[in-house]
Amino acid sequence: MPKRTDIKSILLLGAGPIVIGQACEFDYSGTQACKALREEGYRVILVNSNPATIMTDPDMADAVYIEPIDWQTVEKIIAKERPDAILPTMGGQTALNCALALDKHGVLEKYNVEMIGATKEAINKAEDRQLFNEAMTKIGYEVAKSNIAHSLEEALAAQKEVGYPTVIRPSFTMGGSGGGIAYNKQEFLEICERGLELSPTNELLIEESVLGWKEYEMEVVRDSKDNCIIVCSIENFDPMGVHTGDSITVAPAQTLSDKEYQLLRNVSVAVLREIGVDTGGSNVQVAINPVDGRMIVIEMNPRVSRSSALASKATGFPIAKIAAKLAVGFTLDELKNEITKGATPASFEPSIDYVVTKIPRFTFEKFPQADDRLTTQMKSVGEVMAIGRTFQESLQKALRGLEIGINGLDEIITVGDDYALERIKREMLHPGPDRLRYVADAFRSGMALSEIHDISKIDPWFLAQLDDLIKAEATLATKTLSTLAAEEMYQLKRKGFSDLRMATLLGASESDVRHTRHKLGIRPVYKRIDSCAAEFSSDTAYLYSTYEEECEARVTDKEKIIILGGGPNRIGQGIEFDYCCVHAALALREDGYETIMINCNPETVSTDFDTSDRLYFESLTLEDVLEIVHLEKPKGVIVQFGGQTPLKLARALEAAGVPIIGTSPDSIDLAEDRERFQKLLERLNLQQPPNATARSLEQALLAANDLGYPLVVRPSYVLGGRAMEIVFNEEGLQRYMKEAVSVSHDSPVLLDRFLDDAVEMDVDAIYDGEQLLIGGLMEHIEQAGVHSGDSACSLPPYELAPHLQNKLREQVASMAAALGVKGLMNTQFAIQGESIFVLEVNPRASRTAPFVSKATGYPLAKIAARVMVGQSLASQGITEERIPNYFSVKEAVFPFVKFPGVDPLLGPEMKSTGEVMGVGKTFGEAFAKAQRAAGVNLNDSGKVLISIRDADKAKVPEIANMLVAKKYEIVATGGTARYLKAAGIPCEVIYKVNEGRPNTVDMIKNGQIQLIINTTEGKKAISDSFTMRREALQHRVPYYTTMAGAKAACYALGELDAGDVVCLQDLHKNLCC
Amino acid sequence: MTKSALLVLEEGTVFKGVSIGAEGCSVGEVVFNTALTGYQEILSDPSYARQIITLTYPHIGNVGTTEEDNESAGVFASGLVIRDLPLLASNWRSQQSLSEYLQAHKVVAIADIDTRKLTRLLRDKGAQRGCILTGDNADKAQAMAAIAEFSGLKGLDLAKEVTVAEAYQWTENTWTLEQGYRQGEQLTRHVVAYDFGVKRTILRLLVNRGCRVTVVPATTSAEAVLAMQPDGVFLSNGPGDPEPCTYAIAAITTLLANKIPLFGICLGHQLLALASGASTEKMKFGHHGANHPVQNLATGRVMISSQNHGFAVKESSLPVNLIATHRSLFDGSLQGIKRTDCPAFSFQGHPEASPGPHDVESLFDEFMALMQS
Repeated sequence: MPKRTDIKSILLLGAGPIVIGQACEFDYSGTQACKALREEGYRVILVNSNPATIMTDPDMADAVYIEPIDWQTVEKIIAKERPDAILPTMGGQTALNCALALDKHGVLEKYNVEMIGATKEAINKAEDRQLFNEAMTKIGYEVAKSNIAHSLEEALAAQKEVGYPTVIRPSFTMGGSGGGIAYNKQEFLEICERGLELSPTNELLIEESVLGWKEYEMEVVRDSKDNCIIVCSIENFDPMGVHTGDSITVAPAQTLSDKEYQLLRNVSVAVLREIGVDTGGSNVQVAINPVDGRMIVIEMNPRVSRSSALASKATGFPIAKIAAKLAVGFTLDELKNEITKGATPASFEPSIDYVVTKIPRFTFEKFPQADDRLTTQMKSVGEVMAIGRTFQESLQKALRGLEIGINGLDEIITVGDDYALERIKREMLHPGPDRLRYVADAFRSGMALSEIHDISKIDPWFLAQLDDLIKAEATLATKTLSTLAAEEMYQLKRKGFSDLRMATLLGASESDVRHTRHKLGIRPVYKRIDSCAAEFSSDTAYLYSTYEEECEARVTDKEKIIILGGGPNRIGQGIEFDYCCVHAALALREDGYETIMINCNPETVSTDFDTSDRLYFESLTLEDVLEIVHLEKPKGVIVQFGGQTPLKLARALEAAGVPIIGTSPDSIDLAEDRERFQKLLERLNLQQPPNATARSLEQALLAANDLGYPLVVRPSYVLGGRAMEIVFNEEGLQRYMKEAVSVSHDSPVLLDRFLDDAVEMDVDAIYDGEQLLIGGLMEHIEQAGVHSGDSACSLPPYELAPHLQNKLREQVASMAAALGVKGLMNTQFAIQGESIFVLEVNPRASRTAPFVSKATGYPLAKIAARVMVGQSLASQGITEERIPNYFSVKEAVFPFVKFPGVDPLLGPEMKSTGEVMGVGKTFGEAFAKAQRAAGVNLNDSGKVLISIRDADKAKVPEIANMLVAKKYEIVATGGTARYLKAAGIPCEVIYKVNEGRPNTVDMIKNGQIQLIINTTEGKKAISDSFTMRREALQHRVPYYTTMAGAKAACYALGELDAGDVVCLQDLHKNLCC
Repeated sequence: MTKSALLVLEEGTVFKGVSIGAEGCSVGEVVFNTALTGYQEILSDPSYARQIITLTYPHIGNVGTTEEDNESAGVFASGLVIRDLPLLASNWRSQQSLSEYLQAHKVVAIADIDTRKLTRLLRDKGAQRGCILTGDNADKAQAMAAIAEFSGLKGLDLAKEVTVAEAYQWTENTWTLEQGYRQGEQLTRHVVAYDFGVKRTILRLLVNRGCRVTVVPATTSAEAVLAMQPDGVFLSNGPGDPEPCTYAIAAITTLLANKIPLFGICLGHQLLALASGASTEKMKFGHHGANHPVQNLATGRVMISSQNHGFAVKESSLPVNLIATHRSLFDGSLQGIKRTDCPAFSFQGHPEASPGPHDVESLFDEFMALMQS
């Protein structure tokens, strides 16, 4: 059936901020959907609160709303835009839940909006555990034995029937949020309590454990004529028990015979039919007992997902794009696969002739108190994918792409003693983020494959591959570089060994290994991803490296620019940088360059087939980049857009003769090197907070005496404020120097005088060598000391005096010129009274570039990319700063709810995973929207609990009065209450947690508190108030841990319902300069 | 110790790899198959007689082999070409590693070559005559000499070579996860199946639908078949060129005249076409895979099918009483035909799958319906 003509406009729901379990894969799918629908002539209306997405670019949809994704807000958008249909299957769980809520509240019926892509019934049947289990039983497939519970009592009763270990799955949560595996009653009760709280329907599934079974995912696409195809099968390296998002996964499935695979295929198709997914992509997860092949259906998602993004990148079949077209009535036989430029149809099952491995990336180092054992709740924040002709090759390529300081199966423990053996066994049985490396060490310590399998349950097929790699390493370690034969070197490269790993094992340097390899004539070839295993000829410019005979790269002689991507998402480096890379590619492509992207993150838009002219799906290591540069011979390479990942290669690339364009690596270093930068600022007559560099504890203590406490301390060269802390006294500094960092001559510790009560500002700008464009001035809401990535901010500034703003502009201009910036730069300032201090300058794309672009309508990354290839700002006609007449507020979103035991206090170390944006006529309105988008549900009245540190008490009356004016009743802990009463503000007194009962936690648990303001300092006070913050988080009570944040919330309270919805196109229309 | 092996193509390209099967020299038409699973079923499919099979998925042998998955009594393929033989086979049903299986069936095989390069070559130049030669002293000249003695598949009647010597009864039912193979029960229909190189799964699917199956040699006359009083006759898949199988074409012509319900698969499909007056041709590199979309022209439904053929029926040659029922969405080629004047139809791909998706299995139901009416 051709496309539907009864629908003219479609509302697409995005996924909102990046959180664990829902990352930029939904920007990828949403962007594809937007393009696909507009291609067919539909008017597309988009809602997404996440400004760092490509899909929210004003030219992606006809009307882009950066607004909270809740049914109330979306109703306003529907009332205004009157779409004919709503497509909820592209925005993850967020979009599905929002669509269901819209339906439940009668909004869809009222405005006559049709849900396309999935029906309410299908979503419910797939998401509601009981309905799902009934559906599976009906079609004759097994599910794990389970029972539904709505209370702890019911949960306990259900548990008795399935025994321990027990799997607990809350309904309607994403990424297995709140779920887990309990081995005893205490764990069981803990998980159930949390799960009941987190499930929007207060529902849990108490399930029989199938720990250790093999786990598979099938990516299925179905059209309205019931044509079904399997796009990809994925086998988990980690057996059942580890969330699939946290598992190493491999495509295609490796250990199934055709008979088993076809059963799996039949099950998957039958599940889609029974659940009633009429059009679009879904994934079906199945567990298989390795002993007898018994098959159990685990779950299905009636929408595109993280794994469908992976499957799309793994096969060259764009699931989201096809799914969007199917949703508007096309059938598979009417569509072609555009990735292969039509060489293959959409109605077939891709065949691949390589192996794809995905490895998750974790950031437990950011959350030392978090439990880092992997269970059914997802904990990873990003992933890397690699393609090789064999599993070994793809695995080792993926490992080096992770950027966690390993270059292959690096040892994680020194093998040899009993302790090591015990540790290895424990890590294999109760997996953490590094199980793979412990398995490698198990082989190193001589453990038999069968024993490793018995403990880990990892399929022997995979284990044999690892065993072979470890044996190859052992053999290599007995050789020297000069005696290594060409054939041996070639075979090792075929197994995926990096030059660096070989260098380590040979006791040589990486450059020596590379030099020798080149001398021996061993270089990678590049093969194409064509979705058909070469059966048909295609021009798909989607390539991966391998060591084989034939190279299919067919390099052109056009002028080329290579853009280095950002690698796996992590806290501190995520979608914002991918956004910039995509923009660079789009701009330079428009200008006639052949653009070449290198990246290894399958979730991204940058790795979509039509973002660049050519895509190399490769890890961002020196070796991999140099080989591509050697082959392509580009005119320029852009390293400034992908975050730290490409930046840290800049020096070595330059040394190897690679033409880096834009700001030079030396200028970047000048800005990052503390001592060089200090000299520069002195020359420019600019101020820094008093600071020092210490290379030993003694030096640090001496410097601290000069500078005075409190101090911000951090290791040099870090991203996202890693290991950054504020210390208040000598004792704190001693502890930091001894415990938190390993200081040495080569890795000094930086000490900065902490500027108490200072306002922090971020300035994004572009300099072309002559002219400066201020992208935007952002005033942080939280004071200096909270990492800029974790702080909310406002554009334009909401309180900072205009003359100070002008001074910032001048300072940025003088630094840009002095540093020789060519392209983007980001500067952070702290302002104390009238004094301006430069905190840092980053002459590269910043985390805020997309936010500023959305707020001002200037596509900063595009403008900067053009500057980098030599087009001046003047020639682009962009010279005037745009200061909007509305406010845009960016707010950070945190993963604390996923990490019980972690204190949600903000500090100098970045902890947020994503961001949202709120737009309003006033700051209060914008902030209110941003809070709402971040899932903070402010009430316009109720009880506020105030408990603050002494240093903040002077500020409390102003805030308290604002709250009283907003009909809030005040409850305060002892000291705060006394202060308030003295100021004549009435309040109720409540015990702190350790003072008696009932206390603050009791009140939160009883639902008596609607808002919390809690500031604290000092180890004891922090740990005393920890449970209060955790309870607030658990019970979703809005809480603010800074006075500035609290005050902003007060501004917002008056504007909770006032907000109109405005689309970006209308906002930007009024922004002529 | 690993032994070297060579794969040499008639156009002169030489691939060096390692021997993973039997030792020796083997010649055949080199084709590629893009299926991700089912290497054992492919190897034991008699339709691959005189062919050297290149499997495009790099890891072949992951799940070992099991007696249960053989599609015939032996391996008819002339050789196997793969990228990588895994170090260990892992599957609860595995009885023998692929390498042991190849040696047991005396199949010459080569691994560790750039199979994608080979596939692209076959795609661009067409299926090639080729030779696998094992041993550390193997040389190109020897292989080229062997190739020169092989004239290719065109005009070659291989059905006669792979067929069974004497008729037999087949009563085994399809495989299930829980019970493996069982015997069929309540077999109320009688189907005579011509064995031109039949796959066991076809016979099992007939049993599964209540058929008692008598498998007969390829050269069995129509009269002998009619004497068995079948409810329907099945024309099996098989290797080689259909044109020289004049004995079969003659038999089918008679059966058609007697209005016996007929169902053909692959070679059987081509033979039905020839018996109906259509003609066949050799394809450039054929269809070999498990992901081929085929559209039912009557309903518009798309089915993912298993394919394995190097010859095809020319659609332009169809007489008026033979109409197209299915077409490939890959290249638009003819995939299914039906006689308008007799109860006979056939399919070019493999509805029995094994390996491959089960989407087209309903054709067996159509055959049952045809016998009923």
